[in-house]
Amino acid sequence: MLKLNSVIDLQEAVVLLGQFPALAGTTLKVSEGEIVIVRGANGAGKSTLLRLCAGLLPIREGSATVLGKNLRESRRAIRPDVGLMGHLSGLYEDLTVEENVTFWGSMVRATSHEVREAMKFMGLDGRLRDVLVRQLSAGQRRRTSFASLIIQRPSLWLLDEPHAALDSEGRALVDCLIDEAAQSGATILLVSHAPIELDGPSQRVVTLAGGRIVSDSLNKGSSDGIS
Amino acid sequence: MEFRDVWAIAYKDLRIELRSRVLTNQIAPYTLLIVVLFGFALDADTRTLRDTGPGLFWVAVLLIALLAIHRAVKIENDDGARERILLTPVSPSSVFLGKSLALCIQLFVLEILLFFVMLALFDLSVDKPLLICLSAVLATIGVATAGTLYGVITDGVGVRETLLPILLLPVLAPIAIGATRAFGDAFGRVDTDGWAWFGLLAVFAVVYTVLGMFAYGQLMEDA
Repeated sequence: MLKLNSVIDLQEAVVLLGQFPALAGTTLKVSEGEIVIVRGANGAGKSTLLRLCAGLLPIREGSATVLGKNLRESRRAIRPDVGLMGHLSGLYEDLTVEENVTFWGSMVRATSHEVREAMKFMGLDGRLRDVLVRQLSAGQRRRTSFASLIIQRPSLWLLDEPHAALDSEGRALVDCLIDEAAQSGATILLVSHAPIELDGPSQRVVTLAGGRIVSDSLNKGSSDGIS
Repeated sequence: MEFRDVWAIAYKDLRIELRSRVLTNQIAPYTLLIVVLFGFALDADTRTLRDTGPGLFWVAVLLIALLAIHRAVKIENDDGARERILLTPVSPSSVFLGKSLALCIQLFVLEILLFFVMLALFDLSVDKPLLICLSAVLATIGVATAGTLYGVITDGVGVRETLLPILLLPVLAPIAIGATRAFGDAFGRVDTDGWAWFGLLAVFAVVYTVLGMFAYGQLMEDA
């Protein structure tokens, strides 16, 4: 795990999607171990913010430093330390749950023990193990995708609606996963409209509108959750 | 670049193809259909069929390669796997070689099937089996590497299905010509030095492999 004070440092960052400024001067600082929840209406730039921080989108204006690397100079360098859970699952439909997790494990040099543990944590070690992904429900796909993410052991977790399609048990599992990751020193930036129940450190809630951050507040983490 | 990454990606693609059965249930019958239609189109004139057999073989290979390349791109795009690969430490050249290797193996299987069907239907005899085997290997490597490269170029474009053949077939033309000449010599149908054409195939296989290893990463980023 990298030891840095500021994991994300965006200054007046502008990102264009085609000609459209999806981020129009975003300034955000996130410290190591912080959990930052991003809120905002549809099209506010939340997913673009995550993809910028993952090094998947180029910055047009301003500056962006993630995990100590200037994104203008080395977008690729940060990627192995970033775990991004987007709207798509990143799974292969004609592979089983175990084959998918094992494949993604091999891509990040995870051991077979780590693969088994990740599957067990996400409740995929039973009858779901040998089921084709195309036969899974949306929630089960989400769990499989999370298992593939856990074995990556990222320093920075970027989660876009991580609770989408999950039942109450699955949501609790994801909240527990976020808590554990934060407690082990990882930084978490997550987009969520759903209430989140975390026991760990205080969480910041930032609100995006029109590609800019319009509010930034601190909430004490509690079992009451943030909504 | 690490060989285990190359093999992991190739193995994954092959397993998906085996499981989806697109190769066996759709592309293989399509291959046989092409050969039979060529036979009908040439009016079952066996001399014409024998003379044009090598060319027909490689035209059929290019057509089935287009389908296989389209599949190889699609499985990465269906649920965002391509973007996820970008977030792993695996080098783009490993991804390129892995996908090319899987494509090569699939094309080899189809070529073997096509070869024996054509031998039977077109009444062809093989004079130089070594030239046939080695030319097929190099031509297939050329087709697979160029196909993988152009597959990612057209990735993300809404009209990939139509753009891919337009961009790729002119690039594959020298391979088709070289392989046809080498096969023509090996079948004893043309008076040419098949090994000289084999050399040309080797050049193209090396050029597309090296080009792909260097360019694939940037093309993945831009897709």
